[in-house]
Amino acid sequence: MTPIVKVENLTKHFPIKKNALARRAAGNVKAVDGISFEIAPGETLGMVGESGCGKTTAGRTIIKLYEPTGGKIFFEGEDITKVSPAAMRSYRSKMQIIFQDPFSSLNPRHTIGRIIAAPFEIQNITPEGGVKRAVQTLMERVGLNPEHYNRFPHEFSGGQRQRIGIARSIALKPKFIVADEPVSALDVSIQAQIINLLDDLQTEFGMSFLFIAHDLSVVQHISDRVAVMYLGKIMEIAPTTDLYAAPHHPYTKALLSAVPVPDPNTERTRERILLHGDLPSPMNPPSGCVFNTRCWKAQDRCRIDEPELLQIGASSVACHFPE
Amino acid sequence: MISYIARRLMYAAVILLLVSIAVYAIFQFLPFDPAALTCGKNCRPNLIAANRVRLGFDKPVWEQYWLFLTGIFVGRDYGVGSAAFTCPAPSLGYSFRQNACVTDLIKQALPVTLSLAIGALILWLIVGIGLGILAARFKDSPIDTGSTVFVLIGTSLPTFVTGLLLLIYLTLKNNIIPLNFDGYISIFDNPAKFFIYFLLPWITLAFSFSAIYTRYTRSAVIETSGEDYIRTAWAKGLKSKVVLRKHTLRAALAPLTTMAGLDFAGLLGGAILTETIFDLPGLGRMSLKAVNDFDLPVVLATTLLAAAIVVIMNLVVDLLYAVLDPRVRVG
Amino acid sequence: MTRLLDINDLHVTFPTEDGDVKAVDGISLTLDAGETVAIVGESGSGKTVTSLSVLGLHNRKRTRLNGEILVHTEAGAVDVVSCSDEELRKLRGSAVAMIFQDPMSSLHPYYSIGNQLAEAYRVVSKASKKDALKRCVEMLDLVGIPEPQKRVKEYPHQFSGGMRQRVMIAMALINNPRILIADEPTTALDVTVQAQILTLLKELQREFNMGILLITHDLGVVAEVADRVNVMYAGKVVERGSVDDIYYRPLAPYTMGLLSSIPSVYGKGTGRLSAIPGQPPSLISLPEGCSFASRCSFASQVVGASCATDAPHLIEDEPGHFARCHLALADRRTAGAKFAAKGGNA
Repeated sequence: MTPIVKVENLTKHFPIKKNALARRAAGNVKAVDGISFEIAPGETLGMVGESGCGKTTAGRTIIKLYEPTGGKIFFEGEDITKVSPAAMRSYRSKMQIIFQDPFSSLNPRHTIGRIIAAPFEIQNITPEGGVKRAVQTLMERVGLNPEHYNRFPHEFSGGQRQRIGIARSIALKPKFIVADEPVSALDVSIQAQIINLLDDLQTEFGMSFLFIAHDLSVVQHISDRVAVMYLGKIMEIAPTTDLYAAPHHPYTKALLSAVPVPDPNTERTRERILLHGDLPSPMNPPSGCVFNTRCWKAQDRCRIDEPELLQIGASSVACHFPE
Repeated sequence: MISYIARRLMYAAVILLLVSIAVYAIFQFLPFDPAALTCGKNCRPNLIAANRVRLGFDKPVWEQYWLFLTGIFVGRDYGVGSAAFTCPAPSLGYSFRQNACVTDLIKQALPVTLSLAIGALILWLIVGIGLGILAARFKDSPIDTGSTVFVLIGTSLPTFVTGLLLLIYLTLKNNIIPLNFDGYISIFDNPAKFFIYFLLPWITLAFSFSAIYTRYTRSAVIETSGEDYIRTAWAKGLKSKVVLRKHTLRAALAPLTTMAGLDFAGLLGGAILTETIFDLPGLGRMSLKAVNDFDLPVVLATTLLAAAIVVIMNLVVDLLYAVLDPRVRVG
Repeated sequence: MTRLLDINDLHVTFPTEDGDVKAVDGISLTLDAGETVAIVGESGSGKTVTSLSVLGLHNRKRTRLNGEILVHTEAGAVDVVSCSDEELRKLRGSAVAMIFQDPMSSLHPYYSIGNQLAEAYRVVSKASKKDALKRCVEMLDLVGIPEPQKRVKEYPHQFSGGMRQRVMIAMALINNPRILIADEPTTALDVTVQAQILTLLKELQREFNMGILLITHDLGVVAEVADRVNVMYAGKVVERGSVDDIYYRPLAPYTMGLLSSIPSVYGKGTGRLSAIPGQPPSLISLPEGCSFASRCSFASQVVGASCATDAPHLIEDEPGHFARCHLALADRRTAGAKFAAKGGNA
């Protein structure tokens, strides 16, 4: 089966802008630095990592909101890496994005009817039964009251706004959706509602998701496979159950052990791997394995050779000394 | 830091060079013969020709420009024989209208403008910042309402109205501030007379600026008071005056440096309205008069001077800001 | 055990044009030395307002405070609600210190770390500048900042988020306060850094025997560090008990809903999450009865009282374990067992 999305050695570098005093262009932020993966039809790939690991940039580059610096992107087998922004429009009906912040990603001057109808308008599509009817069906589908068609975003709570964003993104029944931290701005009880909604929509429409989040428990709940990113690179990519039950990469292990679990007895008994220090600058990542500065298993080799993603069971791991 | 200043100074020099070229070029396109402007209505052709040679207008444009440019550094000689004279460095040209070296004219006008601008700056900073802080601290009180009224009046009354009203009511009708017939007096010669001479111009000029600065200060202080680091300052158990002075004002007022520096630079180019109303022989009036009289060397020199002041004040403001805000300094 | 803090029937109200916002609607809690008491709740539950009012850091002009907040110091108890501004100021930093959610914006960008720490120290201890600097370096070292001698001269923007939160902790503890209020101390941080900060807080608590009042929305963090828990909803405490009570024997339907809403890293499988339907009520027009009634799946099973019209009271159902619910205790025990965290069986 052709994967919906295939990414080969994708890189995205941002040149550093000069600041007020120093004028030298100091180099590049290597936000995404050579990642490769595939997403099958109907599959959800979770992408986790700490802030600055490049997961959001990766998501935006894959649907070409950013021009990639290098590598290749295939959508349904077609190479879209070099497709111009104008020509990308025909692909936009098949790939969509849901943003993190339900407060700033909706135009405050537009009614939600207009916001949700925007994809129809842009693609010049008149759905059966008219735009209004289609929008109201969508609103009902995502759990909004269709009578609120003419209201403005500020009249809705955070969870409801995220539903508006979701309605907009599924309007054209896309085959692939990048969900960029769709629930991290929401309270837990509302978060669960949205996760369930995304789950249901996927079952109903069979779309694929790239689900980007920093919350490992949310990702575990919703993903079929999970990719762990660190400093622009994929450290480990594996089926969800394998990754959470038997992490192979030291970083994955540390990350999992750092997540507090809502269970006091587990918290009292479990061993926690504490990483020391902070994330190195993505402008000047460490040589060899990018994780070597914080890794308790690092040897000389890790500081020189960059490990490649190698297969261990069902997992792919970029480590010289996997667990 | 030093290399940064050096680089900025170099940029400044380039900008000024470009400004001087631009102004020089504009004059070349004017439909006047500069030599014909050197004498009155009854100019005879031979006088014009003589003046043309004396002032160097017979030379090609680029050479004239070169002479002007080198004149700034080494001075400039005009004419030949017994009619020869020199404008010593830094020479900004020779005004054939006023028969004087432009540099000397500027030397007379600059102190007036400088006194006007500095006095007004001090006045509006005190009033504007003071009133702004009071309005912010006693938000929604009568003080705040009063400041709002002041801001409204200050920003809507044009300078010439304020100036004339002050002149009419304080000097002409009630004679609170006596009329001055002596002209400009330096602060070093007679401080009392100096203050009386400049009091009304200062108030006039500072009035609208105070209003703008009050409004800015008020909103900056209110906004900063809501910052997380101000809450941290309270949580430390600091006294409210320390929280205000050390924490709130430092952050709220730092951007004022930029505002004040650029406003001040603008005034040094000449506060034309104020100088005209109060008949002050400053740079503003001088350039206005020069434009009216087609006194091209003076126009060229004052334009260049104003540009130089703005460029230099920009640098000063940036450096000051770097001193105030460590994020700029280290980055 | 030394009692450090007593909050009795605290009400915090913000008058607005649309009506009074009842941010905190009668909460009572206690804090002893050496223990961590958590206040858990979602946005708008009143947890942050409660924590800010202990130090009088809310907008005092625009807020009405009723009830009692007794801070027990060596010199006796002070009631924050009724004391003078000067008395309140003297409590801050010395008896009660606070760390905040966003370490990026909680330090003054224009002053060096040393300056800000020394200021906090000297306002209480009146030490000389030299002694204060020495103390700053000591504190930075204590909270695990490498090269404290050098870093004390640096500015906040030169520190990472985790390091800034360490600086905030150093600043809070510089005068050995007996109470530390931590308002979402790790919410803005990444998980690996969060683990470092929580571990640090636990170590420092053991060393100085502080009482920590932890405000958070994260039930994982609570399970990791808290001894006792208060679950807040719409300005009220709906359940109170030990961590084990709350996680293994929840008695309030809201707590059960919260526990079942969180996906767990230690797989419950990938079934549907049992989300709480609807949204919290507006704090301006709270319902007459139970604030949670409209979202509660048990409301229909209640006998003898009406959730829509009778507000339930916080009742001690088991020793030290309180809940606010009309449903029969036996029914709630059965329901609670279904929603309890899995580790309780092990």
